[in-house]
Amino acid sequence: MNDRWSFTLSCPIPISDYPQILLAHGGGGKLMHQLIERMIVSTFHNPLLDVRHDSAVFESPGARLAFTTDSYVVRPLFFPGGDIGDLAVNGTVNDLAMCGARPLYLSVSFILEEGLPMETLWRVVQSMRRAADIAGVQLVTGDTKVVDRGKGDGIFITTAGVGAVRSELPIRPTSVRPGDVLLLNGDIGRHGIAIMAVREGLEFETAIESDTAPLADLVHALFDGGITIHCMRDLTRGGLASALVEIAEAADLHIHIDEQAIPVREDVRGACEILGLDPLYIANEGRFACFVPAAQAERALAIMRAHPLGENATVIGRVSDDRAGLVTMTSAIGASRIVDMLSGEQLPRIC
Amino acid sequence: MKYIDEYRDAEAAKRYAEAIARITTRPWTLMELCGGQTHAIVKFGVDTLLPPEIRLVHGPGCPVCVTPIELIDKAIAIAERPEVIFCSFGDMLRVPGTQRDLLSVKAAGGDVRIVYSPLDALKIARAHPDRQVVFFAVGFETTAPANAMAVEQARRQNITNFSVLVSHVLVPPAMEAILGAPDNQVQGFLAAGHVCTVMGYTEYEPLAKRYRVPIVVTGFEPLDILQGVLMCVQQLEEGRTEVENQYSRSVRREGNELARQLVAQVFRIVPRTWRGVGPIPQSGLGLAKGYESFDAEQRFGVAAYTAEEPTECISGLIMRGVKRPFECPAFGTRCVPEHPLGAPMVSSEGACAAYYRYRPDAHREVIVIEQERGAL
Repeated sequence: MNDRWSFTLSCPIPISDYPQILLAHGGGGKLMHQLIERMIVSTFHNPLLDVRHDSAVFESPGARLAFTTDSYVVRPLFFPGGDIGDLAVNGTVNDLAMCGARPLYLSVSFILEEGLPMETLWRVVQSMRRAADIAGVQLVTGDTKVVDRGKGDGIFITTAGVGAVRSELPIRPTSVRPGDVLLLNGDIGRHGIAIMAVREGLEFETAIESDTAPLADLVHALFDGGITIHCMRDLTRGGLASALVEIAEAADLHIHIDEQAIPVREDVRGACEILGLDPLYIANEGRFACFVPAAQAERALAIMRAHPLGENATVIGRVSDDRAGLVTMTSAIGASRIVDMLSGEQLPRIC
Repeated sequence: MKYIDEYRDAEAAKRYAEAIARITTRPWTLMELCGGQTHAIVKFGVDTLLPPEIRLVHGPGCPVCVTPIELIDKAIAIAERPEVIFCSFGDMLRVPGTQRDLLSVKAAGGDVRIVYSPLDALKIARAHPDRQVVFFAVGFETTAPANAMAVEQARRQNITNFSVLVSHVLVPPAMEAILGAPDNQVQGFLAAGHVCTVMGYTEYEPLAKRYRVPIVVTGFEPLDILQGVLMCVQQLEEGRTEVENQYSRSVRREGNELARQLVAQVFRIVPRTWRGVGPIPQSGLGLAKGYESFDAEQRFGVAAYTAEEPTECISGLIMRGVKRPFECPAFGTRCVPEHPLGAPMVSSEGACAAYYRYRPDAHREVIVIEQERGAL
């Protein structure tokens, strides 16, 4: 056998390490990144994919477009604050928005499990329509497949989206500059805890609701206000910490954040304490980190706070070039430490 | 958050750190026993506030880390059986056995479930009378009462499809093993507050006397730990070796009488092998007479399993405080959370994982500090 074949046929994820897909390979941590990097990006690599951003941005005659896709698997399908339908619209809308694009068109693919109540599908479809209306996006093409009972989890949805890019400057990690200020549009951890609470039957005094929301309108309010956004990232799987680590590494810059400045709602903090989880790593569906030049930070903050999805926006950190590739944090007691990416999902502690 | 934020106050932390620096006249090595304390120390950076003379070493108090490798193999063998629903606390699932971990069993089709309490496992047993439900009962004295309660309820309600794979360990025998070792460097202990909430601290009094070592029962928030360090250093500087209670908002000298009684009823003291440390006599709990029928090892015929630990992992030295994680040649290179050589790199409470996560460049920083001190 010639060398070229034996090289390209060998699986880039050493089989001795993980002969099977683990849930951790979808957890937003290092295992997921290794899978994407070694198997997907290395196989398909091209200038658009290699940017590794939330959408691919490319020129098309007369316009710059952003293109993205995402799949949604969530149990339960309906949870406090949202459902798989609005999640599938908002998530893709947000991936476009994070590249500075105004979302235009979505496609949707449903994988339905045999036996799914029609009523359930109807509720999900209605929820998608409402979310699309709010986000100002049209659902223009789609597909439906049905799999045998037991081969799916009710509904899986994949959406893809196209948007028109407004920003002149590329909005991506490599555009972040030393001195940039890091803004966050609200409290973190709610979506992940809301899902976990329902899934695990944890009961709190009041239901914690997901923060799922379309962010495009808020992002475009920033553009309208003349803000030069250097980079944005929505804080989904892996949470704030993983997003910042990715950006610091890609930008080869140092991001320093202040734990005390990061808003976490009281009930979410309580749930995290009980379960031994860190809100920094918990998924959000309506939160994003935004890097802007220091001179525009005040104005950007004011614009965010004037928008319903940014009422609790704050400055949580700054960028410098002294410890390239690192995220550090001033802890609650005033000491400094490194913030790293988790290897897989957070697992609740014993005691 | 009420009753939490008060113990994470930056101003108060600074005052405690200053007080510790003021009374410290020479180097002291203290060990915090509990993994939860280790985690809080590295997460909040408590150690970075201490004067350079105070060295914190991290004890064997991570239940995930000290669970012997053959018990993980037993758990995997049981969890692979089609009739079994295997229930465990989340952080046991990633611990490597000889070949693989429980998460891989789950990926291969085993019914492995994360529960938050052994009573949840009992609920699952009630709901699935046709399946065998096994709970992985690990942990120190802290988790023993809830596990005892689950077994006792199963007995009273005659739930016969429930059993427990027990790997409970006890703190005082481990302290004695550390103190009795010829290479021991620990001069004072921060004892684990939650263990003492259950057991009280009378067991520590003879240890403090015999080994001439101060023991301060300490909580888990940054200010608890700073105050525990202050009390411990105060004793060392004054030449006292007593048991003191920093965590008085939770711990009484006699502990929780009801919990202790239940533990004594359901469990008996047995010898136990500690991962990385080796066998320690009278250092664990097994099911007592009258409860043997709930023993998963017997029920599934795995009692005779043995396994060898990977030789490269120096977890024993780490858990006895002889070495710190970054002093291990494999730390951060051949041993990382995605490919752990030993359990302390797996659990979020493991000393190696805590350092890897919060201080990935700790070894560099320490070399710099020690060069500055002229140690190298």
